[in-house]
Amino acid sequence: MIETTTNWFAACRVEDAVENGGVCVKCGDDQIALFYFTRRNEWYATQNLCPHRQQMALSRGMIGSAGEDPKIACPFHKKTFSLATGECLSGDECAIQTYPVKVEDGLVYIGLNN
Amino acid sequence: MKQEKIVIIGNGMVGYKFCEKIINKKSDFNLVIFGEEPRRAYDRVHLTEYFNGKTADDLSLSTEDWYTQQGITLYLNDPVKEIDRNNKTIHSSKGLTVAYDYLIIATGSAPFVPDIPGINKEGVFVYRTIDDLDLIRDYATHAKTGAVLGGGLLGLEAAKALIDLNLNETNVIEFAPRLMPRQIDSAGSGMLQSKLKALGLNIYTNKGTSSIEGTDRITSLKFNDGSELKTDMLVISAGIRPRDELAKLSGIEVGTRGGIIVNEYMQTNDSSIFAIGECALFDHNVYGLIAPGYEMAEVAASKICNDTKTFKGFDMSTKLKLIGVDVASFGDPFTTEPDARTILFEDSHKGIYKRINISNDGKYLLGGILIGEAEAYNMLLQTVNNKIAIPPNPEDLILGSRGGSAQTENAGLAGLPDDALICSCEGISKGSICNAVTEDGCESIDAIKKCTKAGTGCGGCIPMVKDLILHTMKQNGKYVRNVVCEHFHLSRQELYDLIKIHNLKNYEQVLDNLGKGDGCEVCKPLVSSLLASLWNDMILKKGNDTAQDSNDRFLANIQKGGTYSVVPRIPGGEITPEKLVIIGQVAEKYGLYTKITGGQRIDMFGAHLSDLPLIWEELINAGFESGHAYGKALRTVKSCVGSTWCRFGLHDSVSYAIRIEERYRGLRAPHKLKSAVSGCIRECAEAQSKDFGIIATEKGWNLYVCGNGGSKPQHALLLAADVDSDTCIKYIDRFLMFYIRTADPLTRTAPWLNKMEGGMEYLRNVVVNDSLGMAEQWELEMQALVDSYQCEWKTAIEDPEIRKRFNHFVNAPEEKDPSVKFDEMRGQKKAADWTLA
Repeated sequence: MIETTTNWFAACRVEDAVENGGVCVKCGDDQIALFYFTRRNEWYATQNLCPHRQQMALSRGMIGSAGEDPKIACPFHKKTFSLATGECLSGDECAIQTYPVKVEDGLVYIGLNN
Repeated sequence: MKQEKIVIIGNGMVGYKFCEKIINKKSDFNLVIFGEEPRRAYDRVHLTEYFNGKTADDLSLSTEDWYTQQGITLYLNDPVKEIDRNNKTIHSSKGLTVAYDYLIIATGSAPFVPDIPGINKEGVFVYRTIDDLDLIRDYATHAKTGAVLGGGLLGLEAAKALIDLNLNETNVIEFAPRLMPRQIDSAGSGMLQSKLKALGLNIYTNKGTSSIEGTDRITSLKFNDGSELKTDMLVISAGIRPRDELAKLSGIEVGTRGGIIVNEYMQTNDSSIFAIGECALFDHNVYGLIAPGYEMAEVAASKICNDTKTFKGFDMSTKLKLIGVDVASFGDPFTTEPDARTILFEDSHKGIYKRINISNDGKYLLGGILIGEAEAYNMLLQTVNNKIAIPPNPEDLILGSRGGSAQTENAGLAGLPDDALICSCEGISKGSICNAVTEDGCESIDAIKKCTKAGTGCGGCIPMVKDLILHTMKQNGKYVRNVVCEHFHLSRQELYDLIKIHNLKNYEQVLDNLGKGDGCEVCKPLVSSLLASLWNDMILKKGNDTAQDSNDRFLANIQKGGTYSVVPRIPGGEITPEKLVIIGQVAEKYGLYTKITGGQRIDMFGAHLSDLPLIWEELINAGFESGHAYGKALRTVKSCVGSTWCRFGLHDSVSYAIRIEERYRGLRAPHKLKSAVSGCIRECAEAQSKDFGIIATEKGWNLYVCGNGGSKPQHALLLAADVDSDTCIKYIDRFLMFYIRTADPLTRTAPWLNKMEGGMEYLRNVVVNDSLGMAEQWELEMQALVDSYQCEWKTAIEDPEIRKRFNHFVNAPEEKDPSVKFDEMRGQKKAADWTLA
């Protein structure tokens, strides 16, 4: 039903991703954090920049859950963000951008707008 | 008796809620719903999340088979077009005719669309349904700029949606002189505007729109003041209009400005026809929030079941997060002198504005506004609604108590009457929540949600519900344990023992066996530290690598700007000239800033992630090893030069320091560990400021423990006097194992001792006199850790799988992070300053 002009960017092979953790994907001039939540068998992608102190660091953070909500904690000051919605879960930082992810034939794709 | 039939017109949130309520009261009604939209009822309050990855299914309030399970007949995509009151039947657009005993009109509202020339142009949208959102999203793919007409609550939600759609520029146009004119005052609006501006939203107030320009599609907006704004699309959010046209057509009374007139039972002038939600007009008010809509559903359902509940109007207090900014408005936010007194707090540095209005006698809170920080909202709302007497210094309500005896959060909770409404969406009182804790044993938010439904609506009351649960448990004499986090209902010490007993070797095993959920940044490093303290496996072993704190995961300290610092171990602070040269060469080769640390080592800053394995390869080849500066582990054993050179020295403090440092290197503990050895009473190594410090005496060594520097300096205390070298090490073994086993997470030895019952006397008894009979076991455990030591960096550089993790980009391993920036200072580099958002 929801079909938009998503542009699928091939990020890496499944085995290059870190289990239950993140890697940073270079996507043109952008950096995208890609998370392989093996425990939940889920993939997530967000901007790599933590909005709190503008550090390119989210891919090096720890993932986990708050209730059912999957989340990422920035390694710098432990600000946490929902991986599903991008919303900041610890304080007033603005939300981070999230991207859809799909896996086909062992390749991980990140969905980019336009 | 014949089964009575209730027909519900409208399958929105309130119509759905009515079904839920009536089924809970009495199950023998025949329910039929007609919905105009093609979808099952969905959560309109969280509609913006649709652009954040939530699907229509996520937003749905029920599962597909809910209606069938409940025996409800659901007609979607089929609006009712006529009510025949004489024959008590309705006719649908698709030609169905259904008879009713009771009719519920829950048609909601439609966006109010002002009559502006050009309003029908392409690229102009409203914001109400998922279909609207689909249209907006499709159009936004070829739009660069967008505008929202209306700066009220919904308008700002719509603006957030446009930001989420990645438009380059989003503008908000408000006719009134301020944003959210129904909820906040102009000073509050000013603060909100500056916060939203910082987030990339352009806001224009006091702007009347005169026309929408463009040939077929919108290209710009013209305003009454002659100005113009170019925009590729426009979302109208200028208020709501009750959907009362069907009622009007059937001769049901409606208000002059719209809305189906209802009495306190939600009945229209036809007593078998009810109106609930945004289409209803009660006491000249249309209620555009979800909580009063649910309350109306409850009242109507009660009336049909012959109960006497009435609708008494509704508190329009609200708290929400708008594009990351907390905004709350409660009670009467605008009342002012001479009817009330106001207290204002404004902090434009942090972007906080708070206003409270209190009664002239200073006894009661009447209402207020919170922008930028709204944690106090729930308590303030309760204070208004329950007419709780306010403190003698009412400013404490928004500033917190400054010194003196403070009214604690729990005292505030205790003061609430049992009928205080905690969850206004579901209408749950304090009494019912406390009851659920006491009678039904609900001791978590999830349990309370299931049992009482509190917290399932907007979720704003959840922090208060949490406090209430704890408060009630404590009152019931329940032991509230100091548990790790939501994933482990155990203390650190309990976890330590259980991991050991069950012989668990990695984080996932621990979580599967002892915890629940998927872990978090609190329990992951804690469990990793326990595993390291117990088994001393290489911390980056698969399964444990991503459970390490960031510094442990990359075996280096992350610094400002995202580079790392490198600290090789220099035991006792002794280093050969050859090794000094190596450090200099490595630092020069990789462009590192160098500084001597407080622990007699050399720190090299500014290393790119991908350079770390190369740097360590060179250091290790030259005989260095990891200094564990990144770990909650033994850092350094500092020493003075001692009897080998010093004319006062009693013993060889350097040799002893090296022996100690090499014994405990890499030892993981609840917090970092520091030590020092001084060769005489002059104490040049400052051993009495360390977790364990040793000072030479005429007869041997004095051992001091539980000191630290840092923000709360504390001197170490004498544990044992005049002991020989081997005995001293035995005591340190026991002391450290006791600490590792029993301390709370991230507690250094000084606060650990401060909390210990019996204090130093007790500790001495345990360590020196072996009062617990643990001495031998602890010494053996420590020896096992010492024997299994490995240099983590040596293991890391020899393992290609681990090395791979030190690349910044997974898909461009040879490239470094281009966002890393340095400045220069005194001939070396320094990290560029934080750039603030």
